[in-house]
Amino acid sequence: MTTLSQTALRPSPARRRWRDNPVVDFAVSQPLGVAGLVAVLAMVVAAVLADFIAPYDPVAIDFEAMLAPPSLAHPFGTDSFGRDILTRIMYGARTALTIGFISSFIGCTIGALIGLASAYYGGWRDMIVQRGIDLLLSFPIIVLALVVVAMVGRNRVGGIDVNLICAITVPIIPRAARVVRSAGLSIREMPYVDAARAAGYSSARIILRHMAPNVLGPYLILLTAYIAQAILLEASLSFLGLGVNEPTPAWGLMLSGNSANFYQTAPWMILFPGAAISLAVFGFNLVGDALRDWLDPRLKT
Amino acid sequence: MLRYIVKRLALMIPMLFTVALLTFFLLRVIPGDIVEVKLRADGGNVSQEVIERERVRLGLDKPLVVQFGDWMKGIVTFDYGTSMWTGQPISREIGIRLGLSMQVAVMAAIVAVLIAVPLGTVSALFRDSWIDYLVRIVTIAGLAVPSFWLGMLIILGLLSLFNWSPPVTYTSFFTDPIANLSQLIWPALAVGYRYAAVVARMLRSSVLEALQEDYIRTARAKGVFERLVIVRHTLPNALLPAITVIGLELAFLMGGLVVTEQVFNLNGIGRLFVEAVTRNDFTLIQTLVMMIAVMFAVVNLIVDLLYGVLDPRVTNQ
Amino acid sequence: MTDLSAFRPSRRAVLQSGAAGMALMAAGPQAFAQETPKRGGILSFAIAAEPPTYDLHGSQTFAVMQRVAPHYSTLLRYKGGAYPEIVGDLAESWTSAPDGLTHTFKLRSGVLFHDGTPMTSADVKASYERIRNPPKGVVSSRQASLGKVGSIETPDPQTVVFKMSAVSSSFIDEVAASPWNAIYSAARLEKDPAWPIRNVMGTGPFEFVEHVAGSHWVGKRFEKYFRQGYPFLDGFRAITMSPAATVNALVGKQIQAEFRGFSPAERDRLIKGMGADAKVQEGGWLLHQDISFNPKRKPFDDPRVRRALSLAIDRWSASRSLGRISVLRDIGGVMMPGGQWAATEAELEKLPGFGKDMAANRAEAKRLLKEAGAENLKIQLLNRAIEPYITAGIYLIDQWRQIGVTVENHDAETAAWYASIGGDNFDVVMDSYTDYTDDPTTGLPKFLSAEKWPIAAPKFNDPELDDLYARQGATNDKAERRKLVRAFEARTMEQAYTVPILWWRRIVVMQDAVKGWTMSPTHMLYQDLAEVWLA
Repeated sequence: MTTLSQTALRPSPARRRWRDNPVVDFAVSQPLGVAGLVAVLAMVVAAVLADFIAPYDPVAIDFEAMLAPPSLAHPFGTDSFGRDILTRIMYGARTALTIGFISSFIGCTIGALIGLASAYYGGWRDMIVQRGIDLLLSFPIIVLALVVVAMVGRNRVGGIDVNLICAITVPIIPRAARVVRSAGLSIREMPYVDAARAAGYSSARIILRHMAPNVLGPYLILLTAYIAQAILLEASLSFLGLGVNEPTPAWGLMLSGNSANFYQTAPWMILFPGAAISLAVFGFNLVGDALRDWLDPRLKT
Repeated sequence: MLRYIVKRLALMIPMLFTVALLTFFLLRVIPGDIVEVKLRADGGNVSQEVIERERVRLGLDKPLVVQFGDWMKGIVTFDYGTSMWTGQPISREIGIRLGLSMQVAVMAAIVAVLIAVPLGTVSALFRDSWIDYLVRIVTIAGLAVPSFWLGMLIILGLLSLFNWSPPVTYTSFFTDPIANLSQLIWPALAVGYRYAAVVARMLRSSVLEALQEDYIRTARAKGVFERLVIVRHTLPNALLPAITVIGLELAFLMGGLVVTEQVFNLNGIGRLFVEAVTRNDFTLIQTLVMMIAVMFAVVNLIVDLLYGVLDPRVTNQ
Repeated sequence: MTDLSAFRPSRRAVLQSGAAGMALMAAGPQAFAQETPKRGGILSFAIAAEPPTYDLHGSQTFAVMQRVAPHYSTLLRYKGGAYPEIVGDLAESWTSAPDGLTHTFKLRSGVLFHDGTPMTSADVKASYERIRNPPKGVVSSRQASLGKVGSIETPDPQTVVFKMSAVSSSFIDEVAASPWNAIYSAARLEKDPAWPIRNVMGTGPFEFVEHVAGSHWVGKRFEKYFRQGYPFLDGFRAITMSPAATVNALVGKQIQAEFRGFSPAERDRLIKGMGADAKVQEGGWLLHQDISFNPKRKPFDDPRVRRALSLAIDRWSASRSLGRISVLRDIGGVMMPGGQWAATEAELEKLPGFGKDMAANRAEAKRLLKEAGAENLKIQLLNRAIEPYITAGIYLIDQWRQIGVTVENHDAETAAWYASIGGDNFDVVMDSYTDYTDDPTTGLPKFLSAEKWPIAAPKFNDPELDDLYARQGATNDKAERRKLVRAFEARTMEQAYTVPILWWRRIVVMQDAVKGWTMSPTHMLYQDLAEVWLA
């Protein structure tokens, strides 16, 4: 949280003393954001501690308990293989967070660098980047992801689906680039950037050392918001059978395939995983919105 | 005005060409082509020779540059070629499905406006009250709930409440409007909720902005009943940016349809796209991608023109 | 949640039910035999997939067969209600010379194509020549099955003679009565041999009306159909829809039938939703789920590793459990369980992978892996992203986990799946195999060497397997043939290049009002709908 105070987009000074602590200030001024943070933290805890707190093995099949309704033994019921749904949702949080965070991080970082460079150089370079961004922005997120899936297929490295992450990352890049570029444009005009240029620093150094820290605020907002998007996108692709593979626990996957045959008699099969997706995306969105309002209301879109 | 339109259209050409170029070549980078899927569908015995023969028939043996040239030539002459899977003209494949998807899209837009306008306005009016918070939660939830899950919940709800499920075969609105609507209203709701959330958020902030404007303050000073002020003055101005969002989101609705058509067994563009992707039907994928790009560019142009009409400074720049 | 009781399996032994199912389906049509067929009505039925072509000669998929079959005739056909009995269709009678080298077909007279032109021996010859030597731009999927045909002669307009270059015991089943070998109009083929790929015009009971891609396919009764009084239906409408939508559509009476087959869960939902209106027919299916190991990759070049992985699969418990949630049910070796060539339960139990003592099997599997130096094995499973493949994959991964093998699963789209097989880019691949006759010659090639079965996933060379296959095809002594098939089966399970997991079970549900349709162990037969009627 200390990094936040370095941003140019500092909270307004007219605040009472006890609110000088940014954590307290965030909590007081953004009750919805706190609610979102609670959801996000719950998800992180489930993901990190799944090995210890999950009641069952997420891939162990138990046909004796097949399609069991919610009970004490299986609070969220079981699926058609008798796998515990609560357990799979916990491990699913791990899948969602891993893919969501990695995709959003890569997408926002690449996007931010492109946006900054574009803003810094300006001229014909900026013009080309702008057109490229427009081009990518003309596709709905999932359509772009599907096109990437069609192009790169699937490729798993060390249990992580690299191409799936690629498919989720590509639509994020232009969106992040556009926001960071507009923030970067005003920073470029700052006197210290001119000073750095006059001192003969390299362009890369100016972009990374002088401009980048000043877009940290918008970057964090983007990162949070696009984790939500990435989770939603991963769930959609998995639902379409183009994302995560069985038997890896993943929320979107729990809504697809065999569950189409059973959910009308065993609604718990879809109720809980769908709620998990919604809650996770909801949580990250709330946190993202709150961060934005807190750091700078002008960034509202 | 005309010069502006021509200039904008001319600018579209290099962009669309880039889209075509990238899609065409990147699609063909990885191995795995449609011929095997098509001929070995249920796992029977098909010789390599047979497969080669079909490749030749589909023109897949030609150099990529030649294939690309053929495609470009086709696009210019409005001949989009044939689907590699069905062998039917792509214009026909798209044509028979476009109507359904457009109808769902338009219905979703109507649903969105009907939900968003009251919610967005009320939320801005009673800023930071419990109503505002409630609306904000509902709208943020709209961005969070996956439309395919919402679709499943709708089906589940209809089934358990009324022991009824929507028709799965499509009837044209002009043949039987009731059958048509009883099938398509549900996917429109599932997609429309998210759409409504986007519009309502937009509307909320633009109403808030409009409330700061001078003439509103003047109107209020005159003692006009507050609600009247809002309806008479705020809304038309605030609607302007909202219209932009409605327009742009309509072009993006395809995204929601991709998954929702799957849930409701709708024979629309979204499902066609997913099927084309899973079958590696390259000709169909690349044409659909072009179609989306063109659609977006045109919608963008129209929105800009509308703005130009309302604010002449835009076109004079 | 009372409806869960429906998932509990019945007490009857699973293996026997394969045979029991055959009896059930035989009982079906006979029960309606007394009823007088009614004329009229439109039959609406669902098909899960879109047809990639209209050309029966160039296709393998039911998506083509179930739409196109009503429009065409074949030389011979399978008799309704009496699978696997064969009767004449366009042929009035046929004779085979004692040496098996000449087959003569006498055609019916007065058979008309839908365009009004008469059908003659020239049309039969042109159609079979198209399959045998497909011209440029035409795909023939069954070229190989006509490999032993030397020439096709037409001494007069009502006679066709097939001269064989070698004896082919499966000629009548595989060639003359094949539902794929439709008779096209010679005149149309002359103008454009590719015509049937995108057009439909035959001598069948129904005329083609329209096909709206992704939506429906419509046919109407051909009034001048050569079988007097047939068909009973005014027409049919085949509607494309996903399996999940099909269940809702049947319950909602939007369609009357689906002919390919449902999973048990879908069947139970249908029975619940349709009540007394549901007519359920079940039986074995000439369709098995199998896995192949890539012998070009270590450690799968070692038969002990392959056998260990096959041993670790509890097929008996798989049948009980997967049988409740998927179409995977019947336990069998290389031939269809319940069929005349199938192994008995006692014979099966002796084979590696079919033993009932799973603790012993798993111990043996671990021992084999250890012996082969492949402990803590990590493997990749290449699977297809469709059901029941995914279900079978989830089960296998859990089974292998129990002998300490870690699996990374890859559910590939069909195109990528084929590409990986073609490029030998897999450890273990899941596949299935189907054909429309229960004959070892058509059923066994799946398990042969790459040399004999060029599209085989595992590229291996096993002369012993190939030899057993050739010998069973060259003998007419049934007992001898059966022995050879058993030896083939034993060799298959020991070497374990490709091993069956479970056989599919065909469960067809339709409205009770749909009469006259014949259940069989394949979804490719009895789809011309000539004898189907609506009560």
